[in-house]
Amino acid sequence: MTLTLKQSHAIAKPRSPVDRQLDRGFVWMTQVFALAIAGVLIWITLEVLIAAFPAMQTFALGFLTSTDWNPVKDQYGALPQIFGTLASSFLALLLAIPVGLGVAVFLTEDFLPTQVQTVLVFFVELLAAIPSVVYGLWGIFVLIPLLRAPAGWLHSHLGWFPLFSTPLSGPGMLPAGVILAIMILPTIAAISRDALVAVPKELKQAALGLGATPWETILLVMLPAAFSGIVGAIMLALGRAMGETMAVTMLIGNSNTITASILAPANTISSLLANQFAEAKGLQVSALMYAALVLFFLTLLINILAEMLVRRVQKI
Amino acid sequence: MTGLTFAAAAIALVPLIAVISYVLIQGVSQLNFNAFTQLTPPPGVPGGGFANAILGTLLMVGLGACLAVPVGVMAAVFLSEFGGGTSLASWIRFATNVLSGVPSIVVGVFAYGVVVLTTGGFSAIAGGFALAILMLPIIARTTEESLKLIPNEVRQAAVGLGATNMQTVFWVVLPAALPAILTGVMLAISRAAGETAPLIFTALFTQFWPRSILEPTPSLSVLIYNFATVPFKNQQALAWSASLVLIVLVLFTSVISRWATHRKTY
Repeated sequence: MTLTLKQSHAIAKPRSPVDRQLDRGFVWMTQVFALAIAGVLIWITLEVLIAAFPAMQTFALGFLTSTDWNPVKDQYGALPQIFGTLASSFLALLLAIPVGLGVAVFLTEDFLPTQVQTVLVFFVELLAAIPSVVYGLWGIFVLIPLLRAPAGWLHSHLGWFPLFSTPLSGPGMLPAGVILAIMILPTIAAISRDALVAVPKELKQAALGLGATPWETILLVMLPAAFSGIVGAIMLALGRAMGETMAVTMLIGNSNTITASILAPANTISSLLANQFAEAKGLQVSALMYAALVLFFLTLLINILAEMLVRRVQKI
Repeated sequence: MTGLTFAAAAIALVPLIAVISYVLIQGVSQLNFNAFTQLTPPPGVPGGGFANAILGTLLMVGLGACLAVPVGVMAAVFLSEFGGGTSLASWIRFATNVLSGVPSIVVGVFAYGVVVLTTGGFSAIAGGFALAILMLPIIARTTEESLKLIPNEVRQAAVGLGATNMQTVFWVVLPAALPAILTGVMLAISRAAGETAPLIFTALFTQFWPRSILEPTPSLSVLIYNFATVPFKNQQALAWSASLVLIVLVLFTSVISRWATHRKTY
């Protein structure tokens, strides 16, 4: 039988009242520090909400549907940025999900000796450790020149299709989407792998015993069984992609327009904040806070859902 | 199908190798002693380095750690030693995970509202405050994990000898978990050192030495951002060398912390 510290303590010898008071104070103090973490989350919400209030009064919900961002006339609407945030994140998911799931399956099946797997997991995790700003720098000098030729081919051959209706002039939605895909790949791979590992071994053995091929087992048994965890991983990655700032700001072109073309420059909420916050004054600060609030709520919603899905897996 | 998963694993490694090798090639060829001793040059001026940015990064990450480590470690002590399976503890764990998902730019906006607007200027304190919030959930989670690895018999032995909760935590549990906690802290520090978004409008940037924690302060990551987009070759070269220094710092701490968490005291 093992006891927690609290239980062990309950059977220890009685102490002097001063000692007991001090000790109770210590436990209480650790609880205050723990509550401080939740407090910070609430504080962030309140602070951004209060700072955004003047802009919320002026623009109300029209802020979410207007495409006009004009600091000179104090007119603010964030639709292009909201659109850009969602579009770049979905483009990133589209690119990262197949590769991420592939890596996760690769790492759960015993294709390789354990040592090689550990090294692979480590390398995939290193992808997440590289600072965002370094990805941005690399994107400007390596990725954009690299994408020029294929993007040019797409535009000249498939230019009638709205997605490729403009040429890639340099920064744009596509380079930002590719860099985001690289950055969220470790999240999808690592958490999907955890979800796949958590599937009971008996399930897999039963499927194989019934005569299913290894690939039928993976596609029809393992992936469906780990589905909620995988969805959680994808949503967590979506939250990361939507909040990601530096690499996107350096690669997306920061143009406040909405176009269907993934080769055209666009903007995201986080890039808008990164570009304008340091020089903003008056109502512009409040409008930026309003935009930050929109981003905060979008990511909060997605992260909470993801957290609930991933937790359900861990309880099995 | 097997080939497809092999391909996926290979594709995942391509960007890592591409980024690291490119930064290594560009960074090493332009890195010299001056980079670590001289100030950042103004546009168009050759030479110079980024000693002030290294110092600024260390200063702000240090400030952040001073704020985040005590709170994070004590919160983890509550979660692993006293809160246990209570619903309060599970809510706090939930809040910690949600906090780690808050976009760093939103944390920057928050620090701007709380520190920059109240103190009336961009400063190292504002930057350090933002970094502290980003470090807090990482420290709390890694510390809780490392405390969980300490067997309960150790706690029972301490309590059986008549130690109080406080004595057990400070003299037995924390020291035993110290290597793992330190690596968690290092992981948080390396993350914070690479953060840019919360610094561009809390600490801003200067070409000079950081003189006071109440003034705008340079950092490596903001230097890379600023110098990546200017047309001056010398500044672009400095951005690459700064990236190399930052990556070495970040990867080194990641590798060390991973290696050290596998070592157990008990």
